[in-house]
Amino acid sequence: MKQNKRNWLLLAPAGTWFLVMLIIPLSVVLIFSFGERAPSGGVVLALSLEQYANLPARWTAFKNTMTLAPIGTLAALLIAYPLAYFLAVKVNPKWKTILLVLVIVPFWTSILIRSYAWIFLLGGRGLPALLDWIGIEGVRLINTPFAVLVGIVYGYLPLMVFPIFVSLDRLDKRLLEAASDLGASRWNAFLQITLPLSIPGIATGCMLVFILLMGEFLIPALLGGGKVFFVGNALVDLFLQSRNWAFGSAVAVTLVVVMLITVTIYMRLIARLGASRDDVAIM
Amino acid sequence: MRIYAISVYLFLYIPIGVIALFSFNAGRHASQLQGLSTKWYGKALSNPFVMDALETSLIVAFTSALLASVFGTMAAVALQGIKGPVRVFFDLLIYVAVMIPGIVIGIATLIGLVTLFDQLNPLLAAVWPEGWTPPKLRMGVGSLIAAHTMFLMALVIIIVRARLSGMDRALIEASADLYASPVGTFFQVTLPMIFPAILAGFLLSFTFSFDDFIIAFFVAGSETTLPIYVFSSIRRGVTPEINAIGTMVLAVSLVLLVTAQLLLQRGGKKPK
Repeated sequence: MKQNKRNWLLLAPAGTWFLVMLIIPLSVVLIFSFGERAPSGGVVLALSLEQYANLPARWTAFKNTMTLAPIGTLAALLIAYPLAYFLAVKVNPKWKTILLVLVIVPFWTSILIRSYAWIFLLGGRGLPALLDWIGIEGVRLINTPFAVLVGIVYGYLPLMVFPIFVSLDRLDKRLLEAASDLGASRWNAFLQITLPLSIPGIATGCMLVFILLMGEFLIPALLGGGKVFFVGNALVDLFLQSRNWAFGSAVAVTLVVVMLITVTIYMRLIARLGASRDDVAIM
Repeated sequence: MRIYAISVYLFLYIPIGVIALFSFNAGRHASQLQGLSTKWYGKALSNPFVMDALETSLIVAFTSALLASVFGTMAAVALQGIKGPVRVFFDLLIYVAVMIPGIVIGIATLIGLVTLFDQLNPLLAAVWPEGWTPPKLRMGVGSLIAAHTMFLMALVIIIVRARLSGMDRALIEASADLYASPVGTFFQVTLPMIFPAILAGFLLSFTFSFDDFIIAFFVAGSETTLPIYVFSSIRRGVTPEINAIGTMVLAVSLVLLVTAQLLLQRGGKKPK
């Protein structure tokens, strides 16, 4: 009983903090999303679906997010996988840790400064000037979907490499030896052993990157120059510029719901993929 | 394969290197290198707006990292000894705090607190003694600290918990068998063992808070943090001053991160 009381006391500050700063604010967003915009700029509480009916007004933002986030995730995966494979399988164990840390460290530093670096590199005097010099003229890179994509891959590559590395590092190398003893080519051994066994890592990496991309604001704001905008940019506009809290709340709730649905479907698919792999293994 | 790996490392580090190089640019233009000098660092450090923003960022980062480390560790220790619905509920809270996009956390904090303040301010004015100016609650350093502490607490709980679950329970039982009080056991056995994890959690929290733009953008009110300053300067154009600030920010976070990483590894390798 005494122990119980102590645990409650220990949990009290964190619990109160989560209540006031997480549960209540998220509930306010949910409640406001069913409200109506007051003439004075605030929100009149109501139980209307008016704001949700208005969502098509921000369709472009959702469309951009739902196309560039998957494309960006896929691009990051394609670039990350060979590197993760190299680090897990090919590199001398002595260098493994330091090389892995070198990949991850940029991720934990300011994404603002790192995206800013690309404004610099893709801007008029950066890469386009270089291309101009070797004879390719008139290339515009900054403020295009391509620039946003580069920023995405650059920003989230480390997050993709890490889980794939972990799953490949755990792989039992004797399986590959057995495959080669049984006459499998290296490519076949990769396709039938390495790749399937690294699916959990791929799944985790893709999910992490995709979730973070759905709420992205900075990369499209800095590298898309107002032409390529995500839901995050629409939210900043609705809350900080036009101050339409009711509609903004509906957009925010929709974003979270879309995110949850996508992640659930994705997890189901991965689970099915894992299940079918087990069937093969049993055969 | 090796060439591929090298080119990915170049891709990761060239942009950072370019920023660092151009921050030493002696010329006035951001993108033309005209000799090296440290004058932009001097300019940045003597700019009162930069120094104000830096001060705010440091106060917010230090306070919220400290609060998150203390409250997060307390919660992690308590959760270790709890089962059932309370634990499931806290797991859910931590999951939500980590999963919900930062931008939604920022928005929710903004409208949640503004709504709360709108209710509280008239109340405060009513109960305040006649003749005194009643305090007015508004967004600023306080709301920044409160919002950062919330999501950093989730981070600290995750880190400290991982260390706690890797700890040998036999040590705690042995301490109890030797008639140490539970409080004594905590301070003499548990705390020294999880301390590297707490310190790593503090350093990571400090970096996250210091680098955070999106939550601060919504909840800072009229205050400016360093990332907000940098963002609004970028909007006005690329300058060597931003390069200098950016290089300093990157350098500080790199040092803190590597320290945190070393602490976590040493903590994990301790003989059991």
